Amino acid sequence: MGLPSGTFSESYTQDSAIIRTRAQWLLLIFGLIIAFTIPLWLPAIPGLTRFIPLTLINVMCIYIIAVLGLQIMMGYCGQLSIGHAAFMAVGAYTSGLLTAKLGLSYWIALPCAGLAAGIMGIIFGASALRLKGFYLVASTLAAQFVIMWIINSWSTVTGGDAGLRLPYPTIGNFKMDSDVKFFYLILICLIIGTFFARNLIRTRIGRAFVAVRDNELAANVMGIRLSTTKLLAFFIGCAYAGFAGSLWVHWQGIAFPELFNLWLSIWLLGYLIVGGMATTIGPFFGVILIEGLNHSLATIVTDMGAPTFAIYLRDFTFGIIIILFLLFMPRGLAHRFTLFKTYYRLWPYTY
Amino acid sequence: MQKAKQNGRSEIKIDDIGLNFGGLRALDSVSFQVKEPGVFSIIGPNGAGKTCILNCINGFYRPTSGKITFKGKELNKLPSHEIAKLGISRTFQNLRLYTGMTVVDNIMAGRYMLMNYGTIPALFYFGKAQKEEAKHREVVEQIIDFLEIQAIRNHVVGILPYGMRKRVELGRALALDPDILLLDEPMAGMNLEEKEEMARFIIDICERREIPVVLIEHDMGVVMDISDRVTVLDFGHKIAEGTPDEIKLNPAVISAYLGKPKE
Repeated sequence: MGLPSGTFSESYTQDSAIIRTRAQWLLLIFGLIIAFTIPLWLPAIPGLTRFIPLTLINVMCIYIIAVLGLQIMMGYCGQLSIGHAAFMAVGAYTSGLLTAKLGLSYWIALPCAGLAAGIMGIIFGASALRLKGFYLVASTLAAQFVIMWIINSWSTVTGGDAGLRLPYPTIGNFKMDSDVKFFYLILICLIIGTFFARNLIRTRIGRAFVAVRDNELAANVMGIRLSTTKLLAFFIGCAYAGFAGSLWVHWQGIAFPELFNLWLSIWLLGYLIVGGMATTIGPFFGVILIEGLNHSLATIVTDMGAPTFAIYLRDFTFGIIIILFLLFMPRGLAHRFTLFKTYYRLWPYTY
Repeated sequence: MQKAKQNGRSEIKIDDIGLNFGGLRALDSVSFQVKEPGVFSIIGPNGAGKTCILNCINGFYRPTSGKITFKGKELNKLPSHEIAKLGISRTFQNLRLYTGMTVVDNIMAGRYMLMNYGTIPALFYFGKAQKEEAKHREVVEQIIDFLEIQAIRNHVVGILPYGMRKRVELGRALALDPDILLLDEPMAGMNLEEKEEMARFIIDICERREIPVVLIEHDMGVVMDISDRVTVLDFGHKIAEGTPDEIKLNPAVISAYLGKPKE
């Protein structure tokens, strides 16, 4: 049972299971243990925290949650969006205002953040019922500007440019005020988010999303209601963004509009392209590669004595990576991973 | 899969429909009805309006006059997905598969409206969602067996050759458990062997499921061989209807295809 080659399914449930061999179970458990012990072993390896500090890992996890949402909307359902950061802001400010102004517990505010971002997604996603492709991109760009303009201008409530100070979440007397404590919250959210995304896309809902992406007309004739399917994709995708945004600002302790500018939306898109469309693992690859590379390069350049250059390096490497990937690996890292898995599955007979 | 349908349950009635595109009259008071299980063919020269009729039944086009009824319900105002729910399924002249999905997933996607679990169970993939998936997977596997595409089951549709894609599309249409099946040129671009296989599938579907199949096809040999009834269209008008033998001898049909003899 160790090697995947020669594993046969005896029932349809077994055939559609994600984890099918004992080796896969071991890998999963091992991976989870590694992930949960990051705060323990990361500082123990000398020099590693300079390149990959825990704050970077937190940011990565938050980005991955947001990109998973974008994956469902864009990778699976084909509804392009370059306003994703604005939906993160909706989540961030919803939970921020609920906790800071109304004094609600963060554990109530967090689901509300997802819900609010999802509903906002439906409102702006409604244009997807009429528009496609490039025109939809333009209308989601409007979402980015409209939402951020409202947050910026309504400074009596949101604090405007100065930002909104947020209380740290608490469980009883336990206050989540450090990177390590927040790391666990973010990691658990990421695991749940990945679990949901993976399940969703292998069910009838996920297939309906892909059907709408690949051929709207045929999907409609096959009994799929286009409007509700598209809006559901927008709701789920934007809810993910809302959760990510909320986690981010509560970890930082402050929310300000500059966090969620247009560039973040474009970066999220970039992670998706590099990682690979229409796979759950894609966002992981994309975010980890780009963010890891960025931070490492910036550290090296700063060490070489050019800290100003390091600031611009981020945009520079991003541009180069996107171009290289579009040219040489348009299906992203996830596709390489799939090829590797196929090879491994047939090993040692490579046909 | 082979559940018998009651006779007359899947009666479709096209009643005097007309369709205009601006000044162009694509269909002009066409009427016919299909109720018995069997192959009902629509033939005609290019641009005669054959596909237009299917598109009207599906709700892509709205007829400018007349009405279409299925199982006693008027289809003219229903949206496409509701029409599908009544039990009408079809294939397309130019393939319209979900190219990013595997063959199994394509056919599973056809069963979308027959599965009933919501988004929340889907997120957890537990209990009802899992049971439903397994149950419908079994039906899908029967369709795959029937169409003899077991070997390409897990291939992404985008990489399949044309003939196979046509078969997968037929499979997806069957996955809806239709009460009537509309096939738009299922044999276009196929070689003789593939045509024979496709003809065999169509006859099998009619007999095992006891449903009517509406077939649009240009290959006269196939049409005359497997049809129970044939309707002929020309420039949006219906010019003849009858058994294949009657149609072969019909002077209006001969002149539509071959032109009128010189006086």
